[in-house]
Amino acid sequence: MSENIYADELIDEYEHPHNKGSLSDADVHVHNDNPLCGDELTIYVKVGGGALKDVKFEGSGCVISMGTAGKLTESVKGKSLAEIEALGVPDIVTLIGIDPGPARLKCATLSLRTLKEAVFLYQHKAVDEATKRL
Amino acid sequence: MFDAERIRRDFPILSTASHGKRFVYLDSAATSQKPKSVIDAIVDYYNTYNANINRGVYEISERATDAFIASKEKLAKFIGAHGIEETIYVRNATEALNLVALSWGERNIKSGDHILITEMEHHSNIVPWQMLAKRKGAVLDYVKLTHGMAYLDMEDLEAKLEKSPKLVSVTHVSNVLGTVNDVKRITKLAHECGATVLIDGAQSVPHMRVDVAAIGCDFMALSGHKMLAPTGIGALYGRRELLEAMEPVLGGGDMIRSVSMHGATWNDLPWKFEAGTSNIEGAIGLGAALDYLDGIGMDSVREHEQELTRYAMDRFSEINAVSVFGPPASDIENRSGVMAFAIKGVHPHDVATIFDREGIAIRAGHHCAMPLVTQLVTEKALSRMSFYIYNTKEDVDRVVDAVGVVKRIMRIKD
Repeated sequence: MSENIYADELIDEYEHPHNKGSLSDADVHVHNDNPLCGDELTIYVKVGGGALKDVKFEGSGCVISMGTAGKLTESVKGKSLAEIEALGVPDIVTLIGIDPGPARLKCATLSLRTLKEAVFLYQHKAVDEATKRL
Repeated sequence: MFDAERIRRDFPILSTASHGKRFVYLDSAATSQKPKSVIDAIVDYYNTYNANINRGVYEISERATDAFIASKEKLAKFIGAHGIEETIYVRNATEALNLVALSWGERNIKSGDHILITEMEHHSNIVPWQMLAKRKGAVLDYVKLTHGMAYLDMEDLEAKLEKSPKLVSVTHVSNVLGTVNDVKRITKLAHECGATVLIDGAQSVPHMRVDVAAIGCDFMALSGHKMLAPTGIGALYGRRELLEAMEPVLGGGDMIRSVSMHGATWNDLPWKFEAGTSNIEGAIGLGAALDYLDGIGMDSVREHEQELTRYAMDRFSEINAVSVFGPPASDIENRSGVMAFAIKGVHPHDVATIFDREGIAIRAGHHCAMPLVTQLVTEKALSRMSFYIYNTKEDVDRVVDAVGVVKRIMRIKD
């Protein structure tokens, strides 16, 4: 596990998250939770021209799940739906700059799984196996 | 004289380091560590007398059978049962509770009957009854909590006993709150209403003197791995008359007296409920664990844990950001060494991860008690530390230091 799992940057994001809130004009929203640790997350997505126009999230949980949600939603705005579909664990590790380790990986991937499910839902596509495994 | 430092040295794992620091293990409510004597007993069995039991006529089989039965005799004595007929070996407390549901429950619970449990139960003492109630069309009732969600509401218990439940199943000690329930009184009240009484002893038998005869209960479930023994061995205590009237759940070898093409007759207790080759190493490990605990004395175990709990609550009371659940320090008599706590503004998983990096193992999550934990906190999760014989005041001091680290990282001001 990286030494800087609680680096200032992630704590900053946890304290003052980007894109926290709901989107009243969202095209789709998806809710997920992790009953083991109590983390909850809803992601709202607005699509336009085959890309993410806006994305927001609501939820509660640990520094890793909430900090990652803030950073992820900020990083995907303007990206095409195909680009979102292609995102995986390595992208999350790069995004937050730490390897959360096996015990906390589910916390780090909760927002990515939820976002990807929203993108599949918007396109009326079945969620792919890679996303289910997140 | 209780000497936790000397006891620590009997547990090889406690001399290992975690993240470069002396390892502090505070998750014994999940599973305890094992002393060298238990590990050696298992190794000795495999090295010198590994054989199946209750059948071989050769020397090591007899030796294995003797060791297996000696383990049961020790357990019967340890919990105040009349003999080995009353101690059924199972995998763990969960299996013991399920055995009652599947055997006694299957025969005795009918449509419209009430089953009474409480809001402080572990999932293992909730889900089997939900399943049984669903199969039978029975009603599952819960005794509420009172006084800051720390105690069973005895008035509510008495009100619900008026519905004449067929079964009352209650935990002796809460694995979240640390509350020690007055199971003797609960058993008496329940028996007056005609109920059969099952006590979940998973969190009490390892930590205090428990006597099923003094309590008067009909069944008790316990897990070996929470009391120094290996995983995969636990027991159901049952009153002999009840066990004799019950049907086995699993059929196979060992549990029969004779088999013909058309049917079979059941073996005597306890074998009737122990189909197939038993967990022999587990039983031998449990026997060694009971020897170890007897060597210390359960009253000393309890006293040591109360002292640590009092000290920890005292130290936590100095930190405004920390709140502790369960009975207050002033009621240590009704509290075990299980302490669920919260640090204001910090998710329990972050607490546990930061503690881990300080070399301290604690539990975070819903503690398999979602109906309780979701009522206690909005985060649906709690941090929990739990003491055993090998913990020391120094461990508590390390925890207090780690809380300081959490506060610094998470920018918590008192």
